[in-house]
Amino acid sequence: MINRLVFENLKHRPVRTLLSALAIGVQVVLMLTLVGVSEGMLHDVAERSRGTGADVIIRAPGSSILTFSSGTMDERIVGKVREQPHVALATGSLVHPVGNAFNAIAGINLAQFNEMSGGFQYIEGGPFTEPHDMIIDSVDASEAHLHAGSVVDFGVPWRVTGIVVPGKMSRMFADLKSVQDTYSSSGQVSVIWVKVDQPQNIPLVVDEFKKLLPGYGVWSLADYVSLVSADNVPMLREFTGVVIGIGAVIGFLVVFLSMYTAVLERTREIGILKALGASPGYVLGILLRETVLLAMVGMIAGIALSYGARALLTQFAPNFTTIIVYSWWPRAGLIALLAALIGAIYPGLKAARQDPIEALSYD
Amino acid sequence: MTDGAIIEARELTKTFHVGDVDVHALRGVNLSVARGEFLSVVGPSGSGKSTLFHILGGLTPPTSGSVMIEGRDLIQMSDADRTSLRKKIVGFVFQKYNLLPTLTAEENIEIARDIAGSPARPAAFDSIVKLLGIEGRLHHKPRALSGGEQQRVAIARAIVNDPAILLADEPTGNLDTQNSQVVLDLLRRLNHEFGQTILMITHNPEAAAYSDRIVHMRDGRIEQL
Ligand SMILES: Nc1ncnc2c1ncn2[C@@H]1O[C@H](COP(=O)(O)OP(=O)(O)O)[C@@H](O)[C@H]1O
Ligand SMILES: [Mg+2]
Repeated sequence: MINRLVFENLKHRPVRTLLSALAIGVQVVLMLTLVGVSEGMLHDVAERSRGTGADVIIRAPGSSILTFSSGTMDERIVGKVREQPHVALATGSLVHPVGNAFNAIAGINLAQFNEMSGGFQYIEGGPFTEPHDMIIDSVDASEAHLHAGSVVDFGVPWRVTGIVVPGKMSRMFADLKSVQDTYSSSGQVSVIWVKVDQPQNIPLVVDEFKKLLPGYGVWSLADYVSLVSADNVPMLREFTGVVIGIGAVIGFLVVFLSMYTAVLERTREIGILKALGASPGYVLGILLRETVLLAMVGMIAGIALSYGARALLTQFAPNFTTIIVYSWWPRAGLIALLAALIGAIYPGLKAARQDPIEALSYD
Repeated sequence: MTDGAIIEARELTKTFHVGDVDVHALRGVNLSVARGEFLSVVGPSGSGKSTLFHILGGLTPPTSGSVMIEGRDLIQMSDADRTSLRKKIVGFVFQKYNLLPTLTAEENIEIARDIAGSPARPAAFDSIVKLLGIEGRLHHKPRALSGGEQQRVAIARAIVNDPAILLADEPTGNLDTQNSQVVLDLLRRLNHEFGQTILMITHNPEAAAYSDRIVHMRDGRIEQL
């Protein structure tokens, strides 16, 4: 019966109920989208690292895990690496950030890179041949509306010769020498990709390189990929925390106001319940149940909206690879529920403490 | 204590503090009500009738004096005790019906049972509903019911937990003559057939005539005639 009352109360003010649930939904979608984008981008970095076909990755001392563009080393190391036992292939690349913060052009030795990765699949055009030629993957191409023959200005004009299927290390590629010379990094590479003859030799090779190149970052690709996580992105945890906090405050405020107005307009009903013998806990329980129901509707709305947000991002910002992180559904729901319940405490206590005769004896 | 009394009030006072002003709503009420009695309380507006009912019904604590209901002393009761008194010992009927607008008639009756924590419908539920003549109106919300019907639903709600005392504060105050008679008849039948103890506030001498005994209130006291 109390559930019936809770349901009827919410139904009685459909607009307020829907708006409150929607606000909780916005809070949930905020969390889910942020997590979806950050997990999606990290997942993308991991996938593209795998796409190189390498078994071992070598980075210059002090370089960041998440961007291939930070820290450079002498490209003659590539030759030394190639001479080591069990090394089948080794190729260096220089990744240089261009355009916006999420874009970088990778200088590669096309023949070596193709051999290691299995080669690019061309959707349009073909490989780069001239010094300021480049190829670009379809995601960046569609975002920047580029086609084979387009010219892009990254300090110097680059001519797009081909559009390729995404998934291999970077989104834009040009000849290593030409990237080195254009961005004054002659003789430098930022990543060395190594293919090992037999998978079981990978740990051996990693150990060898660690001895050979003290201070350098040497990982098996599997280890590297596992490092590509939110924990290793500077400030991402904090940023996520701040956004969740803001979302929770929105949820708290909306529920607070919504329940507060509900309590004010239900003075008489609360008085009636008390006259019937309802304890403060019973009255509080009604408000809390309403809040839980609101939060649940809001959570479902938020999850539904997160699919919409992903569709929007894929449409307008394809660089932001967004994934649906199921493990965050219960977490986001719980956070939304807690914020809502905290928001309901004050109005709920006000209702629970209300003097029944004030409501019943005067109109 | 008078033999068989269900309510026994001695020098009962109630003072409200409104800002700096003390409002003496009750100034020493002496009243004894026997089990199974149907008592009318009449008196001018502001004489303290409702306040007396609110105290007897556990809605507000008395200021001084003594008041026993079913052998329990109201003066010593905590908030929780008064909540339990409202739940189990008294049933209220108000002038303004005071049904919950979002629930149907039946749900309005059921919620009283739910609050009291009674597990199942009392055996008498159907006979109460039949006696009150609201069988056909149970699935309607209050706004779809006439005033008389709403008041009958309110009476059903007040007695569904089988209270020792029914407190009715001007139950016919908002009703026309015909509906008033129906409601008053019902109260008298509840009293006669089920032995329900009833205290009723009224302005109307005709209404008061339905009861066994009439007491008059003036200036926060019961006038001894
Ligand atoms: N909650 C309250 N706060 C302050 N004064 C009150 C309150 N309830 C009643 N009073 C005052 O107590 C007096 C008696 O009121 P009431 O019991 O309602 O009288 P009646 O029901 O006989 O008309 C009135 O002067 C009224 O203004
Ligand atoms: Mg009154």
